[in-house]
Amino acid sequence: MNLTDLSLYQQAILVLAALVLFSSFAMLAQRRKSALIHIFAWQGGLLALTTALVAYVSGHWHLYLSAGLTFVLKGLGIPYLLRRLAKRLKIYREQDDLGQTAVVMMIGASLVVFSYYVSLPVMQLSTLVTRNTIAVSMAVVLLGMLLMISRRRAIGQVVGFMAMENGLFFAAMVSTYGMPMVVELGIAFDVLVAAVLFGVFFFEIRDTIDSLDIDRLNRLTEVDERVELPE
Amino acid sequence: MGHYLGAWLLALLQTAFFVAGAPLLAGWVKVVKCRLQNRQAPSLLQPYRNLAKLMGKEVVLAHDASWLFRGAPYAIFGALVLAASVVPLVFTHLPTTAIADMIVLVGFFALARTTQALAGMDIGTAFGGMGSSREVTIASLAEPAMLMAVFTLAMTASSTNLSAAMDNILVGGLVLRPSFVFALLALLMVAVAETGRIPIDNPATHLELTMVHEAMVLEYSGHHLALIEWASHLKLMVYATLIVNLFVPWGIAVHGKSGALLIGLLAILVKLAVLGAMLALAETLVAKMRLFRVPEYLSFAYLLSVLGMLSHVILEVGG
Amino acid sequence: MIAALTVLLGLPLAGGAALAVTGERPWASRLSTTVAAGGLAASLILAWQVFHHGPLLSSNRYFYIDGFNVYLVVLTTLVGLTTAIFSAHYMAHELSRGRVAPKRMRLYHAMYQSFMFAMLLSLTTNNLGVLWVAMEGATLTTVLLVSLYRTPEAVEAAWKYFILCGVGIAQALFGTVLLYFAAGQLLGMQEEALLWSVLYDAAPQLEPSVLTIAFVFLLVGYGTKVGLVPLHSWLPDAHSEGPTPMSAVLSGLLLNVALYALVRIKMIVDGSLGAPLAGKLMMGFGLLSFLVAVVFLHRQRDIKRLFSYSSIEHMGLMTFAFGVGGPLATFAGLLHMLVHSLTKSAIFITVGHASQIARTQAIHRIRGLIRTQPTVGWGLLMGTAAIAGFPPFGIFASEFLVLTATMKSWPWLTLPLLIGLALAFAGLFRHIQPMVYGEPPEGQHPIYADMAPVYLHLGLVLWLGLAIPTVLVQWFDKATQLIAGAGIL
Repeated sequence: MNLTDLSLYQQAILVLAALVLFSSFAMLAQRRKSALIHIFAWQGGLLALTTALVAYVSGHWHLYLSAGLTFVLKGLGIPYLLRRLAKRLKIYREQDDLGQTAVVMMIGASLVVFSYYVSLPVMQLSTLVTRNTIAVSMAVVLLGMLLMISRRRAIGQVVGFMAMENGLFFAAMVSTYGMPMVVELGIAFDVLVAAVLFGVFFFEIRDTIDSLDIDRLNRLTEVDERVELPE
Repeated sequence: MGHYLGAWLLALLQTAFFVAGAPLLAGWVKVVKCRLQNRQAPSLLQPYRNLAKLMGKEVVLAHDASWLFRGAPYAIFGALVLAASVVPLVFTHLPTTAIADMIVLVGFFALARTTQALAGMDIGTAFGGMGSSREVTIASLAEPAMLMAVFTLAMTASSTNLSAAMDNILVGGLVLRPSFVFALLALLMVAVAETGRIPIDNPATHLELTMVHEAMVLEYSGHHLALIEWASHLKLMVYATLIVNLFVPWGIAVHGKSGALLIGLLAILVKLAVLGAMLALAETLVAKMRLFRVPEYLSFAYLLSVLGMLSHVILEVGG
Repeated sequence: MIAALTVLLGLPLAGGAALAVTGERPWASRLSTTVAAGGLAASLILAWQVFHHGPLLSSNRYFYIDGFNVYLVVLTTLVGLTTAIFSAHYMAHELSRGRVAPKRMRLYHAMYQSFMFAMLLSLTTNNLGVLWVAMEGATLTTVLLVSLYRTPEAVEAAWKYFILCGVGIAQALFGTVLLYFAAGQLLGMQEEALLWSVLYDAAPQLEPSVLTIAFVFLLVGYGTKVGLVPLHSWLPDAHSEGPTPMSAVLSGLLLNVALYALVRIKMIVDGSLGAPLAGKLMMGFGLLSFLVAVVFLHRQRDIKRLFSYSSIEHMGLMTFAFGVGGPLATFAGLLHMLVHSLTKSAIFITVGHASQIARTQAIHRIRGLIRTQPTVGWGLLMGTAAIAGFPPFGIFASEFLVLTATMKSWPWLTLPLLIGLALAFAGLFRHIQPMVYGEPPEGQHPIYADMAPVYLHLGLVLWLGLAIPTVLVQWFDKATQLIAGAGIL
């Protein structure tokens, strides 16, 4: 594909897609929770903007609806919810211990290459203007997963989970111009319920183990060597 | 033949202009920074005065100084003048760019840096060694990032020739390239690290805990120091020109007509002034980073340039 | 048909809502049981209709019911009913022991019904996107039930369950998107392109390369919910820390539904690829899960963890059977799904009583059940015998069929299967024998135990082992024809 053949709007879609990918990396590198949630909100906003642009270029009106839904849910709602939770749990200003960021980054970069390799057959089949971003969307999913794995705190894992959902939405949008509306609404409902459940969980975790450090959740192991305490 | 000679003449003139103008850019950044911080600004020409003053002073050499220490200022300055001669400033079809491409340019920088690091260790003072070790640490991380960013540009232009890269962008018109966004960010981050600006190094202080560049040149005096200072102004200028002309080449002259050259000159002045002001603003807003955070900063720059290359391959070329 | 379907899906939804609104009342568990009974009745009517009129497609094409899923619908409502009956007494006992706060019982009842709704929706829907939404819904409804006791272990188990299944299910959505993409190339990007019935007919024209990628993602995604190794680690935790009725329905039903989704997708992928790639992947993951679970069986100290590893083992075996493909193996897989669900839910109910008698879930402190309360002791012994594949029980029949089918197409794979089955047998009985026969500790008293569901399930399993009724054989044969292309009759 020759970039110069595309209209400026189409080029802008590509640039925005690249920025969504970048926001995933920025989240991986971020220590501060407040900033992590901010970047997540930005990713939601960028995603909504990309969707709106795709809607404009492709003329699919229902994508405007998806864009609005994404903006309200991922750009405003869930970040707001997370921020409020983090403030109420007094962990908003906390910093995560990240260990080797550079290593995580390089793993992330190789995940991008991997997604490109895997999605190549899909890209070759597609005729949509957004076909080149399919690999990026898959990378966003995998990077969300990496974020979940690399974080020790519950909030980081939740943001990773939500970033993964972002990637999935992105994938559906760029490869097929969005899923049918029933499915789209169902997914949005699930995400919302998941966000609320995460909130409930934060309190449960804090109440039972007095910390949101996932490393403390280590009582259950594969071979169950727990010491039984007398009742 | 006449055309050929003319081109070489223009290249020489441009290099001279580069060398002469470098302290002005440094002065401009300082002036803007002072204004932003509500301080009384020095004159725009202050760097020239400093250089002139140092030129007139006697060189004091340490007892242990070897030929390496004495020769280093000339080598550093020479390497950077050569680097400057390769970068199109007001005119793209430089005969020098046909001889030396982007990779050679990175090589000139490496040569200057290695010489400086060696000279820093030559006398054997603690500060010199410390500065050199820090400089090499930073460089070893910054250089791959820079090369990667440069390769991204080269892939788009299908050439490592700087003139060709600029022509390619000029011909294509306004094209939004995701890879350029990343390459630009990466190159900006590398440039800040390499030219020793905040948040990596602070050119204005001699605070022993944090200084990098200043620690290496602590033992220099007289015209040696002047050359090194000048070389570092030149480095800033080369990086700035590289960034503005590669990413925003519009205005640069593509042929040797005097009218075009004049426009090119005006364009580059405006562009450098804007970039310089932005640098000053960034230096005002950002606090200096602790040294052990620098590798993280540079690995992020490297990541950006890798992302730039990946987005070129994935988004712009596609399957 | 529409009436029966509406009742089937509407009852648990309305019941869940009603239980959520009214809160904890003395009659809450009775209402829950009634709703489950209504669901069973509706599912039987539906099954009768499908049996006589063939596959049913609702007029808006949102629901598709054929011999394959209607049998799982009946199974789901049946186990849902018996578990609801069991949970009435069990949860009352837990309430009196103070393990669960009265306020949380509202959550328990409401979520139990919502979970049933989510599973029935995933079974009956024709839309693969809705299938995903319902599967995710099943996770969301159960995650708070796993942490019902609010102990650190329970919260940890629920968190793991949530995160791991969330990650897994996300892969499945990506796979679904790819599937939609492949179908969209052919049918246009519209809702039709996600309908299973449409995709199944169009399968030969779908692009094989895209479907291969999609299948891998879907296998990882739904495989996480099936409990396939290496994504199984949520399963023992969630089973052991949640309340026992939850373990019964998770093991007996949710795993089945996930496997059902996988088989449905395999049917499409097979149609497109014309090569047994999907089957081979399923065989590989199934066999791996089977063997890993068998090894871990020996090292458990918690009785519910022991049986959840046994669930992984059996799910692995079923996945393997569906992977082998062919009429015989498919028939065996279907039969195994049925008998495993019945047996495993019976076992978990018994285990719930056993741990209430011994006041612990630790294997080494549960002793002498048969002397303290013979009904529970015998139930555990017979259940374990059934799940280990002792001859007269139905699991023996299905495992024997799996082995025969393997012998036919992959002879050298029967060896690891046989070794695994023997090891599993040893692992289970090593732990069970002292629990049933050992010396009961001082002061161990019988409790009120409602063993009727257990003996009903075990009786059914025994019956299926001795003589499968002709109706059921014909029914399974229809389902086998759908999946494998040919029947065994």
